Amino acid sequence: MSTLLQVKNLKTHFFSKNKVLPVVDGVDFEVKKGETLAIVGESGSGKSITSLSIMGLVPKPGGKTVDGEIIFDGTDLLQLSENEMFKVRGNEIAMIFQEPMTSLNPVLTIGEQITEVLIYHKKMSKKEARQKAVELLKIVGFARAEEILDDYPHRLSGGMRQRVMIAMAMSCDPKLLIADEPTTALDVTVQAQILELMKELSEKFDSSIILITHDLGVVAELADRVIVMYGGQVVEETGIVELFDNPLHPYSKGLLGSVPKLDEEKERLSSIGGNVPSPDNFPKGCRFVTRCEHAMEKCLTEQPELKEIYPGRKSRCFLHDEGGNE
Amino acid sequence: MTTYIIRRLIMMIPILFGISVISFAIMYAAPGKPTVMDLDPDISVEAREAQMERLGLNDPPHIQYINWMSNVVKGDFGTSFTKKQPVRDMIADRLPNTLILMIFSTILAIIVAIPFGVLSATKQYSKLDYGVTMTSFLGLATPNFWLGLMLIMLFSVQLGWTPVGGVSTLGADFSLLDRLHHLILPAIVLATADMAGLTRYTRSSMLEVVKQDYIRTARAKGFRESTVIYKHGLRNGLIPIITIFGLMLPTFIGGSVIVEQLFSWPGIGKLFIDATFERDYPVIMAITMFGAVLTVIGNLIADILYAVLDPRIEY
Repeated sequence: MSTLLQVKNLKTHFFSKNKVLPVVDGVDFEVKKGETLAIVGESGSGKSITSLSIMGLVPKPGGKTVDGEIIFDGTDLLQLSENEMFKVRGNEIAMIFQEPMTSLNPVLTIGEQITEVLIYHKKMSKKEARQKAVELLKIVGFARAEEILDDYPHRLSGGMRQRVMIAMAMSCDPKLLIADEPTTALDVTVQAQILELMKELSEKFDSSIILITHDLGVVAELADRVIVMYGGQVVEETGIVELFDNPLHPYSKGLLGSVPKLDEEKERLSSIGGNVPSPDNFPKGCRFVTRCEHAMEKCLTEQPELKEIYPGRKSRCFLHDEGGNE
Repeated sequence: MTTYIIRRLIMMIPILFGISVISFAIMYAAPGKPTVMDLDPDISVEAREAQMERLGLNDPPHIQYINWMSNVVKGDFGTSFTKKQPVRDMIADRLPNTLILMIFSTILAIIVAIPFGVLSATKQYSKLDYGVTMTSFLGLATPNFWLGLMLIMLFSVQLGWTPVGGVSTLGADFSLLDRLHHLILPAIVLATADMAGLTRYTRSSMLEVVKQDYIRTARAKGFRESTVIYKHGLRNGLIPIITIFGLMLPTFIGGSVIVEQLFSWPGIGKLFIDATFERDYPVIMAITMFGAVLTVIGNLIADILYAVLDPRIEY
């Protein structure tokens, strides 16, 4: 499989009065064509800002991508002018968001919101765009698509709105779809349907997906590979099966330990003590040192590198050097 | 929607009735009599009494009110005490002048306030934002009459660019340019305060809107910032401003009282001031009721516009 997106040493920092917050601090990963990559981590780990950096939509003022490369289909997106980015966003890279209830414009009809993308990027006429919109709505599961077209978002449920968002995102046949917590705000029953739909569509349109989530169930459902983020860095990169069978990084282990399992009888779920440190207060050494049960002297002062431990599996931890892990 | 509008129109009747009672009572309680201002100090007390009797001013207040109201219901607003003209004709003569002034200054307020409010919000904390904010506070704080006087001093007296007052050059044939020439200063003065307020409201409303998720969605679609703000943002941002606008409509009458006086603009406002000084009760009442109708209608229009702009609202 060829590589679609390559993110190298991405650094997106937020600047406030005499403070620099390294929210994304040297992130590397790649996405292959047709593959679904999950980015997992707690709130504040930098996963959403990583995705917004790819889109060039880092919140302003304050946020800025200061270093790195985002090579998408052969071009470095960070080198593109804003004018050139307008042609990439929504066209080649599309995004869906966490809050379907508020992500659609309340004063424009569903039809207007889908067709405007087609008219803008694909230079379709109003009529063609309308036809295509009906088609798309049918694909995402609206039986009476024509009627939905003239409805306003407030008439639809959360699950339906997320379907509309997906239809909108897929309208220009993007090569990459970034889904930022697409199911977090939905009912559990609807979550499964939306995940199923995304899986179907990515196969149908042959697009890659970056799935951002903190829900490991969603990861298991949809992803091929996973990167685990912590404190603005990638701490582990691995295949989906390997993550669940044998997580390498202590943080990944902690995350998996906090998921209930059906075949185990436990009184309490284990949890990782403490919180993600805030970006202005990252530890000097390993970012996870404050919460790690294996923390060593070395971890306090030196930052471990992200190293390939097994073929295709990387981890950022000194334990692997010591042979302490397995 | 139609039933809603009809219901609202019917509801206007008791409201206007209440306003008429209160205004009549306040006017009646105010000191002074219509005859006091009448011409010659040598007129005998008996003649004055006869005049009072003839105008029905010696009747008890509630009888006076009932007499007035029964005529108003028939569409007759009475005859001016001082001008001896039917009040309806007097208002009809002057209404166009006031409407022109109002409409012109409203348009002026909107075309200045909304773009500057939007710019101020999208470039929050920039020099432009501070500039707009400062200017709008200055506009809010400046009294109309003072600003009017200063502008007259500068543009009419010193520079001689604009006429000092009136709607048109006396004795000249009708010309649009001449009318506009006379209109420009009073319209600016009348628009200032509302312009300032409207700018602030637009700014705060748009600041709220640009933080919304659907704006991020629009950006993620690859739209240019102008499309994002004006197509996706502004329509949402305008919804709360509509209320303000509905409330603004009647304040133009209040504002025009001062501005028309200042620029000797022969409109309703000037008529109102003159009538008040002369205790010309029928004229005062007619204009007060006109303002009341405008207020109620302004609110109704605002409510209707709500439903037009925001599909979530249905009546």
